[in-house]
Amino acid sequence: MSQDLSQITATPQGPAPAPAPAGNRLTSGVRPRHPLRTQLARMPLRLAVALLLVVEFVPLLWLALSSLKREREFSGRPVWSLPETFHWENYVNAWTTGNMGTYLRNSVIATFPSLVLTLTLSVAAAFGLEVMKWRGRNAVLLLFLAGIMVPLQMVLLPLFTVYFRAHLIDNLLSLVITYTAFGLPLSIFLMVGYYRAVPRQIIEAAAIDGAGMVRTFWQISLPMVRNAILTIGLVQFFFIWNDLLLSLTFIGDDDLRTVQTGLLNFVGQYGQRQWGPTFASVCIAVFPTLLIYLILNQRVMKGLTAGSVKG
Amino acid sequence: MERALRDWRAITLFVGPALLVYTLILLGPILWSVGYTFFSGGIISGLEPAGFSNYAKLLDDDMFWSAAGVTVKYAVAVTIGQVLVGLLLALLYVFYLGRASGLVRTLVFFPIVLPTVAVAQLFVKLFQVAPQNGLVNSALSGVGLGETVHDWLASPTAAFWILVTMDIWRSMGFYAVLLYAGLVDIPQDLIESARIDGANGLRLFRSVILPLLAPILVSSVIFSINGTLKVFDSVLALTRGGPGDATTPLTLYMYNTAFTYGDYGYGSTIAMALTMMCLVVTIAIFRSARRDATA
Repeated sequence: MSQDLSQITATPQGPAPAPAPAGNRLTSGVRPRHPLRTQLARMPLRLAVALLLVVEFVPLLWLALSSLKREREFSGRPVWSLPETFHWENYVNAWTTGNMGTYLRNSVIATFPSLVLTLTLSVAAAFGLEVMKWRGRNAVLLLFLAGIMVPLQMVLLPLFTVYFRAHLIDNLLSLVITYTAFGLPLSIFLMVGYYRAVPRQIIEAAAIDGAGMVRTFWQISLPMVRNAILTIGLVQFFFIWNDLLLSLTFIGDDDLRTVQTGLLNFVGQYGQRQWGPTFASVCIAVFPTLLIYLILNQRVMKGLTAGSVKG
Repeated sequence: MERALRDWRAITLFVGPALLVYTLILLGPILWSVGYTFFSGGIISGLEPAGFSNYAKLLDDDMFWSAAGVTVKYAVAVTIGQVLVGLLLALLYVFYLGRASGLVRTLVFFPIVLPTVAVAQLFVKLFQVAPQNGLVNSALSGVGLGETVHDWLASPTAAFWILVTMDIWRSMGFYAVLLYAGLVDIPQDLIESARIDGANGLRLFRSVILPLLAPILVSSVIFSINGTLKVFDSVLALTRGGPGDATTPLTLYMYNTAFTYGDYGYGSTIAMALTMMCLVVTIAIFRSARRDATA
């Protein structure tokens, strides 16, 4: 079974070899002698690429521009017109009356402890499950993996009951606990795959030298999977940061809402009437993920496709 | 050395904490939820044993079947869309863009990392009609199709397809990268020799590329179904399940039953039905994975 699982990840996560020579050779095979005809034959494809980029970016561009428009510009001028002036007040409104500042803070408070906890627990557990030899480890691994499939709805009510009794409703701690537990299945699944690629001789050599397993884990294997931890951390960051269902269920107090539930609530209240501040708050919600993607896009792409088992 | 790798104290230290958290927060509650399906009421009204009546109710509940219908229709539509568009994009990357595809790949992948609520709000605004026209309605009246301008999200059919379009828009770049990795793995000499044999274009695709890409296509389809069956965020943020119940999937129906109407027993029963659907798909995942390994 564990063999099969590695197969699932192995395909998408491998670093993509440069496709360039392939592409060139393939197109050169069909290239006719007349450059003009080539150009014409390539027109539909050029159009397809252009259309693709338009479909992808016009909505986002529209969002960014609209966040800087005055209220009267929405009704008075065509939607595709540029803003008359950069009306930054929309952002001030979103931040203060829209509470986006508070929501961002809450999201940070809920996300980072969960990330640290889920990574610590799963890096250690994956080491125990993949490197250590014991009977029943495949069964335990399978038990963890079953969690990838279970819909959140199946655990929502018991957790709500428990948190309600423990006075953890309207407390960000309930989110931290839940995010940590829900991050485990996918993180362990990915981490086991990475440990499998660590040369076993190195760990065995350390064990022969009499380093205890805890020291081997800490000093030998951990530095070798540092990149993997960063990748999994990114994947989990997006899952936790973008969560809506859990924070909607466990947090009702407006001062404790995270970005997603806060935004949902805000657009419900003001979205119809005030377009400028709404667009600005959508931009604020998008910004952290945009920033991370700008810096680390290759790693994000690699991590998220490796985690595609989660659907 | 073997003994060191079998050290029980170390194993407990490594695996124990994760297993404990996982059992308390995930496994335990799952069993608890199964228990709830045999009760009626909620924590405020009090729970009453109800035998199998929740399951009987499920079979007779038109709303349940309608929600299950929405879930399946959505999963099928989005899966076909995601994988098909993803495949076309991947072919475009490999065979047309070649060396230049890196930037396009990265750009088109981007929307998947955006918060769903933000994307949904963007789409609400795109299709809005009041207090002013959004981009789509403005574009329609701009090209002389003024009579087609209306409140798109108020129409059940349009709302469903906008939902599907939005999720395909978000995820097509993701599936493109997934399938791109599969395409790049196809040995070049196979494609070269097929070309020498005179296979080109569609024929090359059908008889050489498609069969070699089949395993990863199958996995993509299964992953996609597994994810789309659980759709919640997009629906809640785009349409709140409306108009009426036209876009309410099982997840949202469960949420409303449990938290708006306080019926824990029936809510858990709906969740149970959804879990069963996911389980079937997951078994399919492992089956197809095994096929990959032996192929």
